[in-house]
Amino acid sequence: MATSTDAGAESVHHDDHRPSFYDWKRWAYSTNHKDIGTMYLVFAIIAGIIGAVLSGIIRWELAEPGVTILPHLVHVPDAMQAQLASGEITQAAVDAYRIDAAKHHYNVMVTMHGLIMIFFMVMPAMIGGFGNWFVPLMIGAPDMAFPRMNNISFWLLPASFALATISMLVPGNGQFPGFGGGWTLYPPLSTSATHHGGASMDLLILSLHIAGASSILGAINFITTIFNMRAPGMTLHRMPLFVWSILVTVWLLLLSLPVLAGALTMLLTDRNFGTQFFEPAGGGDPVMYQHLFWFFGHPEVYILILPGFGIVSQIVSTFSRKPVFGYLGMAYAMVSIGFIGFIVWAHHMYTVGMGFDLEAYFVAATMIIAVPTGIKIFSWIATMWGGSLEFKVPMLWAIGFIFLFTVGGVTGVVLANSGIDTALHDTYYVVAHFHYVLSLGAVFTIFAGFYYWIPKMSGYRYNGFLAGLHFWITFIGVNVIFFPQHFLGLQGMPRRYIDYPDAFRFWNHISSIGYAITFVGLIVFIIVLFDLFLARRRAGANPWGQGATTLEWTLSSPPPFHQFSELPVIKPDPHH
Amino acid sequence: MGGASAAWADQPVERGIDFQPAATPAMAHIHSFHAFVLPIITVISVFVLALLLWVVIRYNRKANPTPRMFTHNMLVEVIWTIVPVLILVAIAWRSFPLLYEQERAPPAALTIKVVGNSWFWQYEYQDLGVTVASNRLPEEEARAQSRPNLLAVDNPIYVPVGENVSVLITSNDVIHSWTVPAFGVKQDAIPGRVNQGWFNVDRPGIYYGQCSELCGINHAYMPIEVRAVSREEFDRWVVSQGGTLADAAPAAAQPAPAPSAPAAGASPTR
Repeated sequence: MATSTDAGAESVHHDDHRPSFYDWKRWAYSTNHKDIGTMYLVFAIIAGIIGAVLSGIIRWELAEPGVTILPHLVHVPDAMQAQLASGEITQAAVDAYRIDAAKHHYNVMVTMHGLIMIFFMVMPAMIGGFGNWFVPLMIGAPDMAFPRMNNISFWLLPASFALATISMLVPGNGQFPGFGGGWTLYPPLSTSATHHGGASMDLLILSLHIAGASSILGAINFITTIFNMRAPGMTLHRMPLFVWSILVTVWLLLLSLPVLAGALTMLLTDRNFGTQFFEPAGGGDPVMYQHLFWFFGHPEVYILILPGFGIVSQIVSTFSRKPVFGYLGMAYAMVSIGFIGFIVWAHHMYTVGMGFDLEAYFVAATMIIAVPTGIKIFSWIATMWGGSLEFKVPMLWAIGFIFLFTVGGVTGVVLANSGIDTALHDTYYVVAHFHYVLSLGAVFTIFAGFYYWIPKMSGYRYNGFLAGLHFWITFIGVNVIFFPQHFLGLQGMPRRYIDYPDAFRFWNHISSIGYAITFVGLIVFIIVLFDLFLARRRAGANPWGQGATTLEWTLSSPPPFHQFSELPVIKPDPHH
Repeated sequence: MGGASAAWADQPVERGIDFQPAATPAMAHIHSFHAFVLPIITVISVFVLALLLWVVIRYNRKANPTPRMFTHNMLVEVIWTIVPVLILVAIAWRSFPLLYEQERAPPAALTIKVVGNSWFWQYEYQDLGVTVASNRLPEEEARAQSRPNLLAVDNPIYVPVGENVSVLITSNDVIHSWTVPAFGVKQDAIPGRVNQGWFNVDRPGIYYGQCSELCGINHAYMPIEVRAVSREEFDRWVVSQGGTLADAAPAAAQPAPAPSAPAAGASPTR
């Protein structure tokens, strides 16, 4: 696929030594940050499609009250079918089996949708994909600091994903396969032999351990690269905001993942080796797990969105043809969001019975996050203010993100208040909130970054009409999915329910229609991908014009296999 | 909605877009807090949307071919830092009293121990000698009786109207969460610890809730049904359940000014 066209690029970049696309060693043994970034992106797209299919089955099931869809998808074991044929058991018993299996599979899908989207889609796309590709390019470095560690960081991830997938197939809850305790893995549900006695949960623990190790190695690599490999003149305060966002993100990873690893290990030993860290009968405390989990889990949600902040800053500046407004404020807003992110975790746990003083502290700390976040929103708008805006597809996603993230942000301020969270905790209001900031926030920034950088990464321009169609269909679809969920939550519909009272039907039905619209958008995206690589419209070194000022646009598209063998020198920017 | 008191039921309604009606002062205060913050967050969202539309119209490439290159404006930066802080202070000023009201339970006229099980609720009126196991009413029965499917239970619990009721919530197995939206109560049922919630229902009716912490395959099938009735009717129910009334002469209503040093354990005062 690459030979004839790449020959042209390589003649420009003499001595490129780019191995053949079809050489498996190029990928398996890769130490090249761009190849590894590409593998992360491909991995994220595959995992994202799997996660999206899971959510599609969830929304299909929820389109109507009753357990309507999943029982038909259940496999009845051969032994049970034989018993039915011989008359040992009745059809009613088989039907009851189907219903119970459906309920469990629903929980498994809710669990795995969350875990896959977080650990195998958003994080690999943002940090592994865009981070690997563009942090070295933007700071003028030839590669990452530890190229071989970069390789193992990536290849741990398919191993982790394989364990997670196997976990869905081996016994979890009695005879039913998979773990259905939610992505938060709360004990005692995750440790109880009656609920999840099978190996499924153990595999999931190991999967997350490995994913965590992958991320920690990646974090060390990014920190070292950013601190030590910046080109001459590229001071910390001249780094592009995307690099700042990755720097803050990987610090959060480095400091929070070990806590998750500890909590997971305690789950593992509680399950298998007789410890009782979270077992009340042995003096343990299930709430302790929640504290440990959310000490990781809250920084984790900022890990998911901070790189998106960086991407949006680059895009808004590029397509406004204007430097970022309040650069230092933007950078340190991210640093403060990262810091505060570590001291607000228990706002996920307002209903566990913490008492007034503790809840009051977490209310206050949580609401403070709105201040640096507001600074970012308004600085993006100020960047556009007075600019010369061009609405290329990346800019559409970025502007869409700014508005939808605001909507998700203000419902976050509502939820921060423990008093009202009493009514909203664990309802669909929360589901709507975190999908507005993640599904419509983080995912929008991933698509924004994808369309922004795909000409650079592939050397080809996307079809603007199809890409615009992808944006508008998705924008409408996700709002139809998630806005009605606020209403369901206010009305009191709890989350993680396979079945619901008839009164919740209307908005659930609308929400499921929204999923169908969004799914059409996903198909358009796949068409965009095929078109991109089949039509082969050449993109120049800088398709975005004078607004694109960061170093990656000084290189060819795609960049040479090794870049910056002579380091670029960065001159002071008059705008900072 | 509404109607005769016996017919009153707080439950979700088709196409509803707001909270269920409040049946307790605590939930009424959640309503008023929401009525306070909803306009604020709506104005903020609309404001951001308006700014975005303005820059899209005013500063697109046709309208403004030459960008201005400013990157700082001290005044607006101070404003967009200070104003959000003031808004948050205003929200906190309304938020903390709400939290305080929920967390500081007044002395109770009645204490119910609520135990979560996979997958039903067990209620113990220990001072009255009544124990109730509440299972989901099967769908056919619920529909036959015109009661809401997945909300109605076989054995609802009763509470007296206008009296402080304390609920002590725990679990026998995994974590559940005892929730009645109309009461503004949601407390996790956690094995090994006892959480406390309280409510004071201000009108007779039937109130529904659902388990609100993922607890396994039948998480969606352990609803909560509370019937708030007059003290006389409540006493009759207690007797019908084989319970014994405490020393007769119950203090009819109990909004009495609480003596100082409220007991956290909240035992019945008679």
